[in-house]
Amino acid sequence: MMTMLRRPLFWLILLLAGIFAWLPVRGNNVALREDLILVAVAIILTSNLNLMIGYTGYVNFGHIVFYGLGGYLGLYLATVRGWHLVISALVAGVLVSLVALLFGLGILRLRGAYFALATIGVLVAVQAFVANFEPWGRSTGMYVSFDSYAPLGGPRHALWTTYFLVIGVMALSLLLSLAIKSSKFGLGLFAIREDEDAAIVLGVNATVYKAIIYSVSAFLPAVAGALMFFKNGMIDPSIAFEYMLSLEGIVMLMLGGSGTVAGAALGAGLYERLRSYLLTSPRLSEFHLVIAGGLLLLVIRLAPGGLIGWLYRLIPHSREVVE
Amino acid sequence: MTGLLEVRGISKRFGGLQAVSDVSFTLNEGEILGLIGPNGAGKTSLFNLVNGVYKSDKGSIMFAGKDITGLSPDRVVRLGLARTHQIVRPLQGMTVLENVIVGACFGRENQSMHDAHATALEVLEKVGLAKRAYSPARALTLASKKRLEVARALAAKPKLLLLDEVLAGLNPTEIAQMIDIIHSIRDSGISVFMIEHVMQAIMNLSDRILVLNLGRKIAEAPPAEVVHNTDVVEAYLGFPDIVDKLRGMA
Amino acid sequence: MSGILASMIDGLLIGSVYGLAAMGLSLIWGVMDVINLTHGSMIALGMFGMYLLFAAIAGNPYVLLIPVIAAGLLLGILVYWLSVNWVVGRSQLMSLLSTFAVNMMVIGIGTAIWSTSPYNVDFSLSGITVGAYTFTGNHIAAAISALLIALLLEAFLYHTRAGKAIRAVADNRDAAELMGISSTRVLMVAFAIGIALAAASGALVSTLFPFTILSGAGYQLKSFVVTVLAGLGKPFGALVAGVLLGLLEGAVSPFIAVSWIPLIEFGLFVIVLIFFPRGIFGKATA
Ligand SMILES: Nc1ncnc2c1ncn2[C@@H]1O[C@H](COP(=O)(O)OP(=O)(O)OP(=O)(O)O)[C@@H](O)[C@H]1O
Ligand SMILES: [Mg+2]
Repeated sequence: MMTMLRRPLFWLILLLAGIFAWLPVRGNNVALREDLILVAVAIILTSNLNLMIGYTGYVNFGHIVFYGLGGYLGLYLATVRGWHLVISALVAGVLVSLVALLFGLGILRLRGAYFALATIGVLVAVQAFVANFEPWGRSTGMYVSFDSYAPLGGPRHALWTTYFLVIGVMALSLLLSLAIKSSKFGLGLFAIREDEDAAIVLGVNATVYKAIIYSVSAFLPAVAGALMFFKNGMIDPSIAFEYMLSLEGIVMLMLGGSGTVAGAALGAGLYERLRSYLLTSPRLSEFHLVIAGGLLLLVIRLAPGGLIGWLYRLIPHSREVVE
Repeated sequence: MTGLLEVRGISKRFGGLQAVSDVSFTLNEGEILGLIGPNGAGKTSLFNLVNGVYKSDKGSIMFAGKDITGLSPDRVVRLGLARTHQIVRPLQGMTVLENVIVGACFGRENQSMHDAHATALEVLEKVGLAKRAYSPARALTLASKKRLEVARALAAKPKLLLLDEVLAGLNPTEIAQMIDIIHSIRDSGISVFMIEHVMQAIMNLSDRILVLNLGRKIAEAPPAEVVHNTDVVEAYLGFPDIVDKLRGMA
Repeated sequence: MSGILASMIDGLLIGSVYGLAAMGLSLIWGVMDVINLTHGSMIALGMFGMYLLFAAIAGNPYVLLIPVIAAGLLLGILVYWLSVNWVVGRSQLMSLLSTFAVNMMVIGIGTAIWSTSPYNVDFSLSGITVGAYTFTGNHIAAAISALLIALLLEAFLYHTRAGKAIRAVADNRDAAELMGISSTRVLMVAFAIGIALAAASGALVSTLFPFTILSGAGYQLKSFVVTVLAGLGKPFGALVAGVLLGLLEGAVSPFIAVSWIPLIEFGLFVIVLIFFPRGIFGKATA
């Protein structure tokens, strides 16, 4: 713990969260808050995805499943069961992590590309399940009733509360990535990424490590999903499990630099701003996927280390600060 | 007295090929046991069976009094049985030091990152790689990569070390250095089981030698006896200069 | 005739189209060890290619298959140079990401042009009626077309020089290079054929069901399931496995909602991968 305090990135993360929290409060800027919350969600998804792709070397195409399932569970607990939002979100996070652990013990027996394909399957299968699940409203989904906001001091106040909570989850995601990166657990994951068989011969229990990280990478996205869909007031299978969002997470990660904490945040932030700009621009909105795909192709071809990798090459010592 | 490693009737088949066939032997504590045999004799396969990379079809393996048959490699190394790879497998994207830290962290003593760091530096010093500690592993020469293999395995603080052709591909100076390293390993109390094609080296290093041919054990004896064993000579008949070398050395 | 039998026969007919799509994926996977994530979007382009040709010429869709296949070959060459050539032999992560990037671009362009609303090819052949059940002519014609294309591929792979070169490269790329086979050109041709097969299957699907630019994704998932069922790099096994998957869908569809089918397919995919890593036709030998 003490060593964490000596790492510049630790303080930078707290500073980032502080700025996110402070900016929209100054002048009660609701529009800015709505922009920033999307950036925060992108950072949450990307940095947790990084635990799989960047740290462990396993591509997860269906990472959004955790976010969507968390949203469903959270909404269900908060509205149908009437639990407090924070409790609902945490319970949703725990349950989704457990589901991920179960899935993980199955599909993580698959290596490399096979695992990646199975994750597409997980996404499709979970979506099919939810779309047929009566208690969650099948394909029409669920709505948040107006009185669910009462415990949080009414809708207006509730929106601010969820915003701060999401910023908190964002900070936790980055801190989690940072903590894992310098831990023995993280070292085991990196060894698996480099050469799984060699790692096993060196004593890394790859089966357990992979299942744990898959489950861990589900937790905060699920919490974020519960908060976000509560804030939005509704959920249905197509918005909860938006395949494209899952895929764009990979673009964000590769853009920033996979395997690095700062890269995940940087890529998510930049890409999310670009995406919002494209989506609101009348001429470019239809082409945002084209641009995303082109960007990904360029990055992996020209700078497979992403922006951070490029920074490392430019200033080798930056490695020690920007992890 | 029972040995450190006791292998009984171990067999492994790949499709139509019997790679290892009913092999039994005992390795005593503190000993250097050599393993020789023509290419494809099943030597590496035997290592893979011993450390759990392959599941055996038949037979049992006892290590330090424990039955390790069927255990996965990560559990085997935790019990104190580490190995190197014939075809080196450094964790390419990591530094040399990080590679060795992995070995220490997940080895027999299950060390913390802090202790592993110290162990790794110590081991790198021992194998003569201290100067390269901060280089990326992929940048090493073959000889250095072999030392890295040895360093990683040593960092696990094993009781028994399996060395798979750590001398192959090295020049004479490098071979001499590696032999010194192996001597010092044994002197530090670690038993060694080593595969080698460099005959002079294995004859000099080993206390006893195990000979495999076509997956079967054909001899197990001190070096001086092995070279006069007719089965061994026959097994090598396709390789006449090896026979000469064997004779010349004993 | 019982309803389930009729449903299974229908599944069998559609399954041959799944098989055709999977053959494309399997060929590419087997020859160059690249998992082609543009597969779904190429199937979708096949659908729209048929739609456009049919709207322009109003000819017989089964004749229009020929220009669709030709366009598929050209497109395959383009995609090969854009995203595949430089990842061959590199880590699978690279090839996954680069083909996936192209997939995003194609879907993006397709969405911009056609939005995500459904289209259909308004053509129907008279069917065959057996008792209370009618098998539509389009289903039968699609199955026959798929089989014909598969036979043509087999003839190509086993009886032409280029086909033999492809098989040689699939077998052992280094050895083939030593024998003077230019692997880049062979890989390009194999990739182009794989894409053409995807486009052809999409074109056939477009005569059966309404479709959107996103429809390819579902068939891509089926192709993955079929490919692993058959064992990697076995294109003809893929055809058989496709028919089996169609049969299975036909057998369960009278009893459950269609929306459950992806769940079943996924379950099958994981179970097969874990318990039969070499496919159900694979021998258990090394
Ligand atoms: N995983 C495997 N699958 C199939 N065959 C294998 C496998 N591993 C080894 N073999 C075969 O088993 C036989 C023995 O191989 P092994 O690597 O044990 O020989 P070796 O004695 O180490 O030879 P060398 O001196 O060349 O290293 C060889 O014919 C090899 O092809
Ligand atoms: Mg060997």
